[in-house]
Amino acid sequence: MSTVTTANSGEKVWGGGDNQPLGADYGKLMMWFFILSDALTFSGFLAAYGFSRFKFIETWPLADEVFTHFPFMHGNPQPMLYVAFMTFVLIFSSVTMVLAVDAGHEMKKDKVVVYLFLTIIGGLIFVGSQAWEWKNFIKGEYGAVETKGGSLLQFVDTDGKRVALADFAATLPEYREQLERNKGKWFMEEATLPSYSVAEVQAGFKAHPNILVRTETIDANKKKTVLSRSESESRLKDASLVVEGANLTRNEYGSKLFADFFFFITGFHGFHVFSGVVINIIIFFNVLLGTYEKRKSYEMVEKVGLYWHFVDLVWVFVFTVFYLV
Amino acid sequence: MSHAHVSNTKRIWTVFGYLSVITIVEVILGIIKPEILHNNSLLGLNLLNWIFIILTGVKAYYIVYAFMHMEGEKSALRHAVIWPLIFLVAYLLFILLVEGNYVFEVFKNSTIKWNF
Repeated sequence: MSTVTTANSGEKVWGGGDNQPLGADYGKLMMWFFILSDALTFSGFLAAYGFSRFKFIETWPLADEVFTHFPFMHGNPQPMLYVAFMTFVLIFSSVTMVLAVDAGHEMKKDKVVVYLFLTIIGGLIFVGSQAWEWKNFIKGEYGAVETKGGSLLQFVDTDGKRVALADFAATLPEYREQLERNKGKWFMEEATLPSYSVAEVQAGFKAHPNILVRTETIDANKKKTVLSRSESESRLKDASLVVEGANLTRNEYGSKLFADFFFFITGFHGFHVFSGVVINIIIFFNVLLGTYEKRKSYEMVEKVGLYWHFVDLVWVFVFTVFYLV
Repeated sequence: MSHAHVSNTKRIWTVFGYLSVITIVEVILGIIKPEILHNNSLLGLNLLNWIFIILTGVKAYYIVYAFMHMEGEKSALRHAVIWPLIFLVAYLLFILLVEGNYVFEVFKNSTIKWNF
């Protein structure tokens, strides 16, 4: 029974001895294969995004028109800058994490504490920034109109600059009450009503001859197609809904799937960042208590570090897929 | 630990420099979108997107090899993690993107008007 005798031979398999498969500790090996499977999960999501985008390649929203917000620069579109800031925060927190791991190898507890703390702060800033990005995405900026056939019409002036519904929609003497649970007959309610009705948008459009309709279709110059005034009028006759902001059903930016994938993929990534921060905090307190000092190995910091770097790695791909390509 | 660790703070900061420069280049290209790159395509993908995807790959390489310290692991572990991932992702992308493009063409060329 050789399998039994190994326990007494002093040579522990995966217990900290020298006999380690692939030269890695059990926990670290499992972390690597967890990361592999999680990476495949994210690849599945991103590939599904790619599928839907290729399916609607001529009408997909242009990312640099969607994500244009930057703090304290309201009304002044700044594509890319905010997400670049978020990317830097995450890369930098990855750097402090790897510095913490490095300090752990040298058994310098104080340095590990400082670097882990900075990593946690970076993670929190990132999650907060993501929440702000979501807030702007959900709130929307210009508003749009959906036709009976399900395509989306946005509004521009003659220079091609976007015009918000609030800038031209008329105010008609009409009243439409929101159906709420307490007024419904039987658990009935409806989504929040938009600020303007379709009739108000149509009337406002008629009163402002300098406003044109922009469709979802991307033209040869990779810009959205702007219709002539007469085409705009005929398209607007088919309007059935006013869309403001974004939710899982429809959004003012274009293809409905765009918002769905944005919420799902960045949400799933944000959940990873959040759980990474929680794990980092646990390990941070363990370091403070001297757990790894007693264990004479900071390998736990290294394992958590692997997860944290993975979160950064996924963001690199999400950044490319959602904001650049 | 089977392999001895030496402090490599210098390497960490160098890699941080690489990642920052790549990100800055990506952001600048993303903002100005040079027309020569944006309007010319190679193998169905415009040159700008090729640049973005290649730069993303380079960033991923540095994060995995330097930050996650894959370069210090045994080659068996390296291959066991990286090749399944690369193979499966490449396969999945190929299948789904080709299929997505096919569905697009069906919508575009068929007599059924799906969105009006």
